[in-house]
Amino acid sequence: MAVSRRGFMAAAASAPVLMTVQEAMAQGVAPRRGGTLQMMLTPEPPVLQIGVNQQGPTLAAAPKIFQGLLTFSPTLEPQPVLAKSWTISPDGKEYVFTLQENVKWHDGQPFTADDVVFSIMKFHMELSPRARAIFSLIETCEAKDPLTVRIVLKQAFQPFLLMFDATAAAIVAKHLFDGQDYRTAPAVQRLVGTGPFKLTEWQRGNFVRMDRNETYWKPGQPYLDTIIYRIIPDSQSRRLALESGQVLLSQSSDIEPFDIPQLRQRPNLEVETKGWEYFSPLSWIELNHRVKPLDDARVRRAMSMAIDRNFIVNRLWFGVGKPATGPVASTTRFFDANAKIAAFNVQQANALLDQAGYPRNAQGVRFTLKHIPLPYGEIWTRLSEYLRQAMRNVGIALELESTDAGSWARRVGNWEYETTINFVYQFGDPTLGVERTYVSTNIQKVTFTNTGGYANPQVDALFQQARAAAAAADRARAFSEVQRILVEDVPQIWLMELSFPTVYDKKVRNVITTGLGVSKSFDDVFIAG
Amino acid sequence: MSDFWRRFRRNRGAVVGLVILALVIAVAAFASVLFPGSPWDMATAPFVPPGEEGMLLGSDSLGRDVAAGIAHGARISLMVGAVSTVAALFIGVSLGAVAGYLGGVADDAVMRFTEFFQTIPSFVFAILLVAIFTPTIGSVVFAIAVVSWPPVARVVRAEFLSLRSREFVQAAEVLGKSRIAIVVTDILPNALSPIVVLSSLMVASAILLESALSFLGLGDPNLMTWGFLIGSGRSVIRLAWWMSVFPGLAIFLTVLALNLVGEGLSDALNPRLARQRGGAA
Repeated sequence: MAVSRRGFMAAAASAPVLMTVQEAMAQGVAPRRGGTLQMMLTPEPPVLQIGVNQQGPTLAAAPKIFQGLLTFSPTLEPQPVLAKSWTISPDGKEYVFTLQENVKWHDGQPFTADDVVFSIMKFHMELSPRARAIFSLIETCEAKDPLTVRIVLKQAFQPFLLMFDATAAAIVAKHLFDGQDYRTAPAVQRLVGTGPFKLTEWQRGNFVRMDRNETYWKPGQPYLDTIIYRIIPDSQSRRLALESGQVLLSQSSDIEPFDIPQLRQRPNLEVETKGWEYFSPLSWIELNHRVKPLDDARVRRAMSMAIDRNFIVNRLWFGVGKPATGPVASTTRFFDANAKIAAFNVQQANALLDQAGYPRNAQGVRFTLKHIPLPYGEIWTRLSEYLRQAMRNVGIALELESTDAGSWARRVGNWEYETTINFVYQFGDPTLGVERTYVSTNIQKVTFTNTGGYANPQVDALFQQARAAAAAADRARAFSEVQRILVEDVPQIWLMELSFPTVYDKKVRNVITTGLGVSKSFDDVFIAG
Repeated sequence: MSDFWRRFRRNRGAVVGLVILALVIAVAAFASVLFPGSPWDMATAPFVPPGEEGMLLGSDSLGRDVAAGIAHGARISLMVGAVSTVAALFIGVSLGAVAGYLGGVADDAVMRFTEFFQTIPSFVFAILLVAIFTPTIGSVVFAIAVVSWPPVARVVRAEFLSLRSREFVQAAEVLGKSRIAIVVTDILPNALSPIVVLSSLMVASAILLESALSFLGLGDPNLMTWGFLIGSGRSVIRLAWWMSVFPGLAIFLTVLALNLVGEGLSDALNPRLARQRGGAA
């Protein structure tokens, strides 16, 4: 603490103020160089080598060290990072990236197109199932010269660029990984990236410290001297740390939703719910279609109508989030606002169930379903308790079964459930993050596939059409059509678009500027005086 | 009997405890009359403070009536306390009787077995059992019974050890009564008073254990209990203190009442001890 404070003072006193005209205009404040930004990381990740570990905390912290070719705006438009510019051939098969000049790895070696080719074709291809699914469409990937990468696809794939963010495919140093086991290479412990910060100290269970990369390729950046991630396991202690100013920023699930209303009232704190557009997590009641009567679309529609989503968002999540309207989150590309699930209406839901041939018995119960609450904390238990009451209103008895996180994943993966709660990232494009839950070709005994077992040839065909089409307009048509079918069929009962607020002191500037929120390099973040 | 009641009454605390206990039992018995419908029903807006909108003790984060939760929770808490105590008594008395009456190798074997259970911290063991068998009302009762029988076994063994060499037991043996008959009809009735006292305290600790398990989210998710009420209120205590305070009071009063009654029973059943204590005070 003492060291960092001294550093802070010295930097504040001596550092010249650097900025670009554009940034100064955007913010209305000149970036100030210097200072230490203390944040929190929950839970502490085992390693910070992106690719080797792809969990939330790593995806939040590692982009300070590693960078991708691109990043994405809140509307998911690609923006240059390590790729200065790029071109796409009219048939949508050839991508040519021109890389930034004078980029150096933290160990002083130059960054070249070979590193990019290695990262895509070997590193992520081996480590990440998500990247492998997309990168296996690549026919050739070559370094035309040290600053040009050319990729040719076997078939057009419009969402391809979305795979080049640091969280999806960070570029790693070929000279440190090639020919080794990527998971155990020494570089996994001594991180070397191209990013604005270098990992300088990691006291397990205490803090992770990153210091300014003096040879960063953006002149004058980063503005911060040091980033410190504190490890604070208890949520109420994290809230206190934020309130007392010990840390200046909280991210993802650092702060519980029920603490948000009070934090909003603090004049010095900003509560920002934007910055999740790329991930767009959508939660739903996961139904196992193999369990009767969940194979009946009328039953599913009635269940969906029995739920007051505004109550869930406003009462359980304290207004943090948005009621879901369909299978595609409103922040994901190709969201069709016209395709909407039926509104909350208990009377109609009851009528629909009567019509479907499920009369109430003497106790007023039509049928009983088992339900596993998501074991990710008590708010999810509250949600399931609410759903049990909502289902009771239409004569469906929901019996809750408690389980732990490991058993939950195993049981969902093995189809050993009747109903549960799930939430899944959409990764900006329905082909990347929505399709997997609904197409019959993806019915697998693996979590986050089509574990429910929904099968509809029309839906399969439309998703395939959207996947293969090169033109955005054709894809939009197919996605609109599929959304219209899905909101009628209700294969899963969508509940809400989650959002994890970023709470920060107002003197920290430029925090949320992209569709990836805090999962960015922070080279433009500064602490105003 | 009137003698027993007179001795019990002499302990004022015990009478107060009995009154509280009777009240709690009455609330549990008439829960469906006082608060018709399910305690899980969302009766009003969330976080209504006590006394407003007809919510005597306020409402919780889903708008459920805290008072209804406490009334219906009393049933579960008392039921868990009673059933798990009966189960623990059954195990403890059987094993203690075998050890105390037979002695020798059987005694050694049973006591080592009991010590094995006593060395494991009971709460941790209960958590483990519930986690293994998934939290349902049955597994919670089972876990509480499994961790609370060893003291019973030890007490019963000690009583049996001292009683089995008495003349009336020897007389029964000479008469050719079977061992089981001797144990059940001759020795056990004479060992009953410490068991009764112990069991009233066991009900109290079973209620505490069940509440602690529910507090940690290891209760039956389909049943409203006091521990669940406190656990669900803990995180919002700065927003809605009533969600934790009232169920906490309910647990406190019930456990206190059971302890007071236990002490009263002990006085009534061991008049000599009571008089000594009275003299000392």
